[in-house]
Amino acid sequence: MTVSRSGCSALVAALAACAMVLAGGCGGGGSGGSTVGGSGSQGSGGSGGNPPPTPGNVVSVIADAGPTDPANASAGPIQTVNTPFVSVTLCAPGTSNCQTIDHISVDTGSVGLRVVAAVLSSSLASALTTVMDTRGRPLAECLPFADGYSWGSVKLVDAKIGGEQASGISIEVIGDPAYPTVPSACSSGGAQQEDTVSTFGANGILGIGNFQQDCGSLCVTETVPQITTQLYYGCASSANCVATTVPLASQVWNPISKFATDNNGSILELPSVASSGAPSATGSLIFGIDTQSNNALGTATVLSVDPSTGNLTVNFLGQSFSSSFLDSGSNGNFFTDSSLVPCNPSSSEKGFYCPPSTQALSATVTSNSGVTTGTLNFSVASADALFSNGNGTFYVFNNLAGTNSLPQSFDFGLSFFFGRNVYTAIESSSTSAGMGPFVAF
Amino acid sequence: MSKTLLAAAAGCLLVSRAALASLGGDVSSVESDRVHMKAAAVTTTASSLYTVHQMQMPNGTIVREFANTDGIVFAVTWRGPFPPDLRQTLGAYFQKYQSAPRVGPHGHTHDVVQQPDLVVHSGGHLRAFLGNAYVPQLVPQGVSIDLLLQSNP
Repeated sequence: MTVSRSGCSALVAALAACAMVLAGGCGGGGSGGSTVGGSGSQGSGGSGGNPPPTPGNVVSVIADAGPTDPANASAGPIQTVNTPFVSVTLCAPGTSNCQTIDHISVDTGSVGLRVVAAVLSSSLASALTTVMDTRGRPLAECLPFADGYSWGSVKLVDAKIGGEQASGISIEVIGDPAYPTVPSACSSGGAQQEDTVSTFGANGILGIGNFQQDCGSLCVTETVPQITTQLYYGCASSANCVATTVPLASQVWNPISKFATDNNGSILELPSVASSGAPSATGSLIFGIDTQSNNALGTATVLSVDPSTGNLTVNFLGQSFSSSFLDSGSNGNFFTDSSLVPCNPSSSEKGFYCPPSTQALSATVTSNSGVTTGTLNFSVASADALFSNGNGTFYVFNNLAGTNSLPQSFDFGLSFFFGRNVYTAIESSSTSAGMGPFVAF
Repeated sequence: MSKTLLAAAAGCLLVSRAALASLGGDVSSVESDRVHMKAAAVTTTASSLYTVHQMQMPNGTIVREFANTDGIVFAVTWRGPFPPDLRQTLGAYFQKYQSAPRVGPHGHTHDVVQQPDLVVHSGGHLRAFLGNAYVPQLVPQGVSIDLLLQSNP
């Protein structure tokens, strides 16, 4: 696993270097070209041979057993299942002080770039620009997830992903040791603090969902006097952070929205995998929708999503689930089907389904504007069997599914993405199929 | 029970019941939740088996608390752009929620706690969270908790 992971990083770096050369050759980039040197130092090994030209709007994706937690390196990869990763290069703004970080998970269910502090080099960490709130206090963020929260500082970086660059964007440095005290308003929103590679499940996360910012207008003004959403915090000192409002410009942005080109969305392209699963899967994250020859929308079915939530409606077994979504950050399809046998609750597969034989199922998806797709077919195999396949060395599955007791929620996770090109169009962005937000596949 | 009466009751009880909050708490904790979370007025609807207290947080999230005929909150649900203050909403059960073993690592959009005396389902993503929690032993006889949660998303 470790070998294949470092191999991937090298490949990504090589692709990025090639892309930079291409971008430079085009000459029209303007601001994009000025800091290429930072990343150029990464690729100083040179591009031996003559690989086929790779468009600058592509970054390689791998779903494998995940990164190693630097705090527990001897344990090896953290054994992620159905989690897609890319490498991202972070630079102190406007400098060549850069670091390429592998195993950043690709998440269509969130927005913004976040990196676990423990994987940042000290030279880069100390060079990142602090983002201030409107009262001149360093800005921090408490990002809530359904299973916990990530607390960290907000820093300014230049982010390079494939051949694209988002200059001077706010990111979250999760678990920044400079702000060790989690405000109670933050920890009250969730169960678990997820600030390490092991607890977060990745070295960082690239949120490429349907929105431009992680919070948007909800965080710009006080919802009622003195009350904010408790997502962003101003820190008068390292242990004194209080909820604050944040202008859109300072919020953590979808990096794609800050690219000079190919900035209206993305396509996550993952290959088919065998029904028994596979050790890993390699695909592509392509930036832009209908902006280049490699990201055409073609005949994909376009489904608008709720502009305030990103959700759409799934119909399954005669029931309507109105809070449903496509989420590459979920490692299976999660829904309720009382005819499927759940895995033994005392086993490591608890929460997944373990039907005695593989079940073929179908659902339909309805857009926010009421357009219904055709039938979506998928299957559910026994997680217990899947996790034993390949002597336990398989980490990607297209038929992994789990229980979801929440009414009205059907979560199409990464199992759904294999063998498909899944488009995510960002709000307020124009595409050949109209304005985002929408998803398509 | 009227809102005014609730507020008065809460006022009397706040000192002695400062640690008492919603899930598993008595109905006065509904009002302390409302005050703590700066929610607008609670709307209350009653059936013969339970009473539903609904409040909306300033951030838009709606919390519903279900009290049995003894006035004990046996279930809560939430839905909205941000998670509610679960320390307040789950009250005495929050610590158990934090420390309970999880039902598998499924990414960040699911969290399930299944304990004999506490069941929690939390799901969704930023701008669209939803979840519920209940104490099986406190659910009134004759109430199907699954149906109740389904009909109160």
